[in-house]
Amino acid sequence: MSLRLTKGGRLIDRSKPLGFRFNGQPMHGFAGDTLASALLGAGQAMVGRSFKYHRPRGIVASGVEEPNALLGLGTGARFEPDQRATTTELFEGATTTSQNHWPSLKFDVGAINDKLYRLFPAGFYYKTFMFPRFAWKHVFEPIVRQSAGLGEVPKDADVDRYEQAYGYCDVLVAGGGVAGLAAALEAGRKGQRVIVLEQTPHWGGRAMVDGGQIDGHDAADWVAAALAELKAMANVSLRNRTMVSGVFDHGYVIGYQRVGDAEPGSDKPRHRLWRIRAGQIVVASGAIERPISFAGNDLPGVMLAGAVRDYIMNWAVAPGQRLVVVTNNDDAYRTALAALDAGLEVAGVVDAREAASGPLIDAVKARGVRVYEGHGIAKVKGRAEVTGVELCRQAGEGTVVMELACDAVAMSGGWSPAVHLWSHCGGKLFWDEAAVMFRPDHARPPTGADGEAMARIVGAADGKLRLCEIMEEFGLGAVADEESAIEPVWLMPARAPDALRFKAFLDYQNDVKVSDVQLAAREGYESVEHTKRYTTLGMATDQGKLSNINGLAILSDALGRPIPATGTTTFRPPYTPISFGAITGEARGELFQPLRRTPIQGWHAARGAHWEPVGQWRRPYCYPRSGEAHGDAVKREILTTREKVGMLDASTLGKIVVKGPDAGRFLDMLYTNLMSTLPVGKCRYGLMCNENGFLMDDGVVVRLSEDSWLCHTTSGGADRIHGWMEDWLQCEWWDWKVYTANLTEQFAQVAVVGPKARAVLEKLGGMDVSKEALPFMTYVEGELGGFRARVFRISFSGELSYEIAVPTSEGLAFWEAVAEAGAEFGITPYGTEALHVMRAEKGFIMIGDETDGTVIPQDLGLGWAISKKKEDYLGKRAQQRSYMTDPDRWKLVGLETLDGSVLPDGVYAVDAGHNANGQRNVQGRVTSTYFSPTLGKGIAMGLVRRGPDRMGEVLDFPGDNGAIHKARIVDPCFYDKEGEKANV
Amino acid sequence: MSEAVSALGGKSVKGFADVAEAGLVGMVTIRADLGTKALAKALKALGLPVPGQRRIESAEGRQIAWMSPDELLLICAYAEAPALVAQLSEALAKEHALVVDVSDARALFRVNGTKADQVLTKLCPVDFALLPDGEIRRTRAAQVAVALWRSDEAEISLICFRSVAGYVFDLLEVSARKGGELS
Repeated sequence: MSLRLTKGGRLIDRSKPLGFRFNGQPMHGFAGDTLASALLGAGQAMVGRSFKYHRPRGIVASGVEEPNALLGLGTGARFEPDQRATTTELFEGATTTSQNHWPSLKFDVGAINDKLYRLFPAGFYYKTFMFPRFAWKHVFEPIVRQSAGLGEVPKDADVDRYEQAYGYCDVLVAGGGVAGLAAALEAGRKGQRVIVLEQTPHWGGRAMVDGGQIDGHDAADWVAAALAELKAMANVSLRNRTMVSGVFDHGYVIGYQRVGDAEPGSDKPRHRLWRIRAGQIVVASGAIERPISFAGNDLPGVMLAGAVRDYIMNWAVAPGQRLVVVTNNDDAYRTALAALDAGLEVAGVVDAREAASGPLIDAVKARGVRVYEGHGIAKVKGRAEVTGVELCRQAGEGTVVMELACDAVAMSGGWSPAVHLWSHCGGKLFWDEAAVMFRPDHARPPTGADGEAMARIVGAADGKLRLCEIMEEFGLGAVADEESAIEPVWLMPARAPDALRFKAFLDYQNDVKVSDVQLAAREGYESVEHTKRYTTLGMATDQGKLSNINGLAILSDALGRPIPATGTTTFRPPYTPISFGAITGEARGELFQPLRRTPIQGWHAARGAHWEPVGQWRRPYCYPRSGEAHGDAVKREILTTREKVGMLDASTLGKIVVKGPDAGRFLDMLYTNLMSTLPVGKCRYGLMCNENGFLMDDGVVVRLSEDSWLCHTTSGGADRIHGWMEDWLQCEWWDWKVYTANLTEQFAQVAVVGPKARAVLEKLGGMDVSKEALPFMTYVEGELGGFRARVFRISFSGELSYEIAVPTSEGLAFWEAVAEAGAEFGITPYGTEALHVMRAEKGFIMIGDETDGTVIPQDLGLGWAISKKKEDYLGKRAQQRSYMTDPDRWKLVGLETLDGSVLPDGVYAVDAGHNANGQRNVQGRVTSTYFSPTLGKGIAMGLVRRGPDRMGEVLDFPGDNGAIHKARIVDPCFYDKEGEKANV
Repeated sequence: MSEAVSALGGKSVKGFADVAEAGLVGMVTIRADLGTKALAKALKALGLPVPGQRRIESAEGRQIAWMSPDELLLICAYAEAPALVAQLSEALAKEHALVVDVSDARALFRVNGTKADQVLTKLCPVDFALLPDGEIRRTRAAQVAVALWRSDEAEISLICFRSVAGYVFDLLEVSARKGGELS
């Protein structure tokens, strides 16, 4: 049973006990603990059940590689599943729960799977749930979802805040161990701007535990001095609790800072995502120890040797009183020594090597510990905790030669450099046979835009496991114990039979065993990438940090080829899972997307406007009065406008000024009709097409002066059209003398519409707005009601209509002035739906309704707006292609149901026969459809094959539930065909 | 002129740096060949030089900022903008130039405090350590376009489009919240 030692613990503060709960049970740890060390210290060895077989699992590691100890942390709006206990700092009141068991951690129904392991081979899901097809959705999936999977999904919205930040440096150092600090010192002393990111709260890495001497000082003292020097440099920034999550092209690095994780409820953001541009990246990410594959290597109490050492020295926690160390290298002997120093018993060191010697081994032997050379563990004994191990010859088949009683096992299969960051952006590896590891190939680094290396890799991440090797690169002398050579051990014992291989785990988190990878090989899987996906090896949230090398060694062995021929799977960011909150940053709630507001927005909101999104604007759809349905509000707004007068906030309308000697010529190219001939003071409706001839925007163009025009665009199109103009001016017609400015937001625009519109403007006063002074399709600039105003006589409703632009800063005041002046005439504000209905009654098209990117103006009966005189305009050539001139094209018509009902939106008109897919042939579709309060019946517009030639024909539009809507083709203009009402 | 109001009416909030919308400010966009004598002369009349690339220059309470190779922004008192538009248009009448009042199309914010940089470091991809006094940077704050410069010893000024002033204020507020200091 794991325990807290009475003395020691480099990182804990015994004067500050912290209470926490695990599965409801109160426990305590100390400030400086991780959840993992606190749980171990509280004697909690078992922390969860495994994914597939529901086997009891304990803490294996002390860092990011931990596969088992994933806990639910927090409650309610701060609950988060799958928190890695080894990298989560303990805080007062932490509430933790184990995962993946039912009904309880101690007694779990799913553990039956462990007895049925032969029924759950690799590819179980692929093999089992194929047939019958319906069963997946209705039978298998619900059961699988109930019993498999890791933590629970949080139910409440996250109350914490997350943010991002940008960083820039010459050198980014990933990792604050001795190699990282040495690299930072080197760069910092040269005056380069350096950022050092360390994923843990502590600096110095393994050297703080493993000791040694650097530059004549104890490693810990050297680290302290290095830190002090770096902190004093203004050009160096040190950031702990910040993991380098990924390395990307062009020196782009993502860092993940855990700012307030250990202080829930404080004013700190929880996580911060750093987006850093670095000139050079120094990867100093250390190495990760490998487990050894022996039967029962997943029992709680079996731990990585380095982790055991970390727990003892950092947190004064031991996984047990009596330890067995099993290894294929000298490093694990340090664990034996650390255990002995802490007063623990070491029952023996099981060394798979036949003969190994060195100072570390000698030191262990000198303390009376027996070393079992050439031996391995046949099997770990115990059900939920280790009670002992059975030893065998490593070279054999597992015949038990003796048993050792123990309550913890420290295993070391050697160390794998953490090459992830080197590999993210294309750095290559080579297999070092002697060192038994994939190492970075310095000849093939990740390269930058200049083709040169953009990353350098140092320290253990570079495969340099000994302190002297690491520091040599920085010109620093170091002293560490000599070590003898490692020997590869991929399976223990080497010829383990099925029964043992079935219980020898490679991937703890996804429950993948040696036997699964071997089965995959027998079934024909050769590529490591395919095997990974078939067996799920390395596909869990730990991304195979412990399992990948062991797994591909087993695969290589099964396929009878060397390890480098198998290769590694691809290393992809993030290095360890990061929170969605950090990725989202500030972009949530109100800040999810920029919301554009007109100056009149508050007024609309105060009147209870129902909103419609238009681009990033929110426009009032209608203004329902209390108790009024939206449809009734729209009806009322239309009738009031048609009979009296209405007002519309048209501020969102795009307004782009175009000026210069070539401005007329430029607009003639952009619009299908002639704008250069427009007299000053006049307005003209214009269409804009793209190079393919398709209609992309429309609006009224106004000639402001001899050399300047004002182009109105659609609300959603202003920025796009401005960009379109600049694109042509900057890239194609760069020698034309034209300047543009997007003045959309400079002006608030108010449409005053209806028979009483003139009366309202006259009441405001200050400007002659009579028919004579301001005829239809003209504009005038001056003062209206004391406001600086441009008044346009344009109409999108068919009524007498003025659109008045005033400076945005005065927009609200003007709007209120209009409302006040209009009160006696019964004025009503109206929304976008009334606008849409009124324009449809007039047969005016709407970009996005009648157009969808495949419609040309000729389809819409807009031939009158296409100049025949012009030699060219954007889209002209395309509109001459045979497909575009095909008389069979679908063209705009009005549609009227025979019974006056409203056609459903978007429905198709069917034709005789079926197409190749067995669907009904079609000959048209509805593009706009409304109930017209003015006409008291449904009206619609649609595109119909040869539509204008087929007036009076009745078409069938199948709707929902087998209904067939019958509608007659009519003229699209339903209201005031002669246009008398607008021109008064 | 009646009842002109800025986008947020001078709204402000205190955090580890102070954030305030600056109220109504005059702004004039000038598009022209920046190398012409006429332009230099027109600006000289206001006591202002033609700013170099990415520069913002000040004189007599006005600023002139380089926005692009053929665009400048004149920042002035709100009330004088229309007259300045007229004056500059007149001075550049013989040139190919566009002078327009954009005072009402923008919002101006000031972020004040010794850690003002940190508020913006969290929103804008700008290397503030290398942003000198007198330089204007066109960039973005989260999802919208902005321009910013150091307007005082511990103050950064930021311009955005008026319609997104509410969004930008909320961004600055959340970024400036205490506890979110970067150092």
